[in-house]
Amino acid sequence: MEMTMARNLPATCLALLMTATPGLAQELNALVWCDHTDPALIRPFEEKFGVKVNLKEYEGTAAGLAILEQSRPGDWDVLVIDAVDVKRAVEAGHLAELPADQLPTADFFPELVMAENNVVDGKTYAVTEKFGYNTISYDKSKVDPADMEDMASLTSGKYDGRIAIYDYYLPVLGLVALGQGVNTADITADTLATLREPLMALRKASKQVSEVVAAQTALATGEVDIVVGGGEWLTAVLASENPNLDWTIPKQGALRWAQSIGVVAGSSQPDLALEFVKYIVSPEGQAALATSSCYWGMPANAKAGDLLDDEAKAILRWDRQPEYLSRAQLYPIPDAALDTAMQDLWTEMLNQ
Amino acid sequence: MSLAARDRRLAWGLLAPALLWTAAFFILPFLGMVALSFAHMEGRQIVHGFDAGNYVRIFTDWTMLKALINSLEITAVVTVISIVLAYPLAAIIAFRVPVRWQRLALLLAVLPFWTSYVVRSYSWLLVLGQNGVVNQTLLGLGLIAEPLQIASTRAATVIGFVHFFVMLLTLTIYANLIQLSPNYARAAQDLGAGRWQTFAHVILPLTLPGVVTGAFLTFVLCIGDYITPQILGGNAELTLPQLIMLQLGRSGNFPLASALSVILMAVVTLAYVTSSRWLRLDRV
Repeated sequence: MEMTMARNLPATCLALLMTATPGLAQELNALVWCDHTDPALIRPFEEKFGVKVNLKEYEGTAAGLAILEQSRPGDWDVLVIDAVDVKRAVEAGHLAELPADQLPTADFFPELVMAENNVVDGKTYAVTEKFGYNTISYDKSKVDPADMEDMASLTSGKYDGRIAIYDYYLPVLGLVALGQGVNTADITADTLATLREPLMALRKASKQVSEVVAAQTALATGEVDIVVGGGEWLTAVLASENPNLDWTIPKQGALRWAQSIGVVAGSSQPDLALEFVKYIVSPEGQAALATSSCYWGMPANAKAGDLLDDEAKAILRWDRQPEYLSRAQLYPIPDAALDTAMQDLWTEMLNQ
Repeated sequence: MSLAARDRRLAWGLLAPALLWTAAFFILPFLGMVALSFAHMEGRQIVHGFDAGNYVRIFTDWTMLKALINSLEITAVVTVISIVLAYPLAAIIAFRVPVRWQRLALLLAVLPFWTSYVVRSYSWLLVLGQNGVVNQTLLGLGLIAEPLQIASTRAATVIGFVHFFVMLLTLTIYANLIQLSPNYARAAQDLGAGRWQTFAHVILPLTLPGVVTGAFLTFVLCIGDYITPQILGGNAELTLPQLIMLQLGRSGNFPLASALSVILMAVVTLAYVTSSRWLRLDRV
């Protein structure tokens, strides 16, 4: 297998080869989320290997997989994907096996190794790179922080018209399930029916359902005071401008989001793609990714903590991670039928 | 070879690139989309065939039907308001502004086109927000006691659209107005028509092609847009393009997205047929 070559080829040799040989694999094409487009993250890799990393953002696993399906082998080298969807990408044949022994997963927060997601049939296809929480973000100068510790307060009437819902069905339906005492892993077609009423009640109490930027804008401008489904990824980039923006995990719990990175099957330069993956999960790459300009999030590699300053760690709640990790559940992983039912419910909620 | 035959060959030669382009990038993809709209999903796999289930669902599922109705309502309101605002603006530029300043006036009118569509939508969000310019001004003037809820409503979507399309309609109506000879108005007034009668029976009918052309373009662009309802409307209600995007980005349900897109194309085609009598796209 081509990938095995990389095991014996030191990264420095590859870097020298790249920089010394004009025209040889000078570009790496990565299908990513917006946090990877921060030059502070990408430039060190580009300079070290003398390559240009072409980044294409996508939203939603379905859109990402559709892009891959419509591409020729070799068009893409690296894929960033929701950790819970790695298996879906593997089943579709889009991810190549990674050399597990070259990945620093021993330095990861144990919960973030996520072998149950990144490893399929004993083969590693992706590695977790970043995580965080879909929970409650709020402006503590406008709402009572004690209320934010209980999801029930959101639909109590006290905050009607002051709530934005993050427009992503999986985490928000997961949160609604937690509010009803249903674990995300236990969501089925039957339990989904019981979530309809609380979801519609939340919608009724809300002013808007917004994607990331619109939700941030609404919170920052005082249009709303609470974002359901928010978290450090939503408020951290705004913290310097408005220290009143905060987030918490209510007593019912929260959802843990995690994104993984892997090498696309059929990549024309798997060695370089692997080096990119290794850079992203290295402490340097992880520190830059954690605080990238699009959104912040906790690095999967705990050693990145040595490179983050105290202020960044405070915003990310570094010290509270053991507690948070124990109280957060993974996204629901629905099969196709349940996924369709969840999206239909979400669409109905949007058009309520 | 006769002159006529040579001219025909030359004409086909000149037309060929455009025809090939249209066939390759419009007709073939459109036919592909129509074919895909009759496929269906089994799990996450697309199963090709002839299944009208997607169309049945669109017209029987209230959520989908409501999205179509929302789109039509918003588009109709935006088109009417834009015409009402753009016509006087175009008339003022054409008849009241000195000729040497008309270019500058038009330039100012189309200035909003120069900014990114997405940036403009987010800017409107700030203007219309609870602490935005509109509410602060109204509160400052004592006209309201509490901030108005404008952002994340249909009103915000309409305002964002109207801001954009007034400019477009102003251009098409202005292009029509300046071609009118002043003798038409003079003749009408010589025959005893008042100013209103002159406008209603002479000027307006003569400028209808410009109005309809602008209205048609407004209709097409407005009904197919999902960014403005998404950002300014705050997802308070779904429009047809938003529903299509949900199928593409979230569900990966390309057959249903194709069926919805075919419906969208049908609505646009209907608008074209209805307005074709007056449509003068060469006035754009």
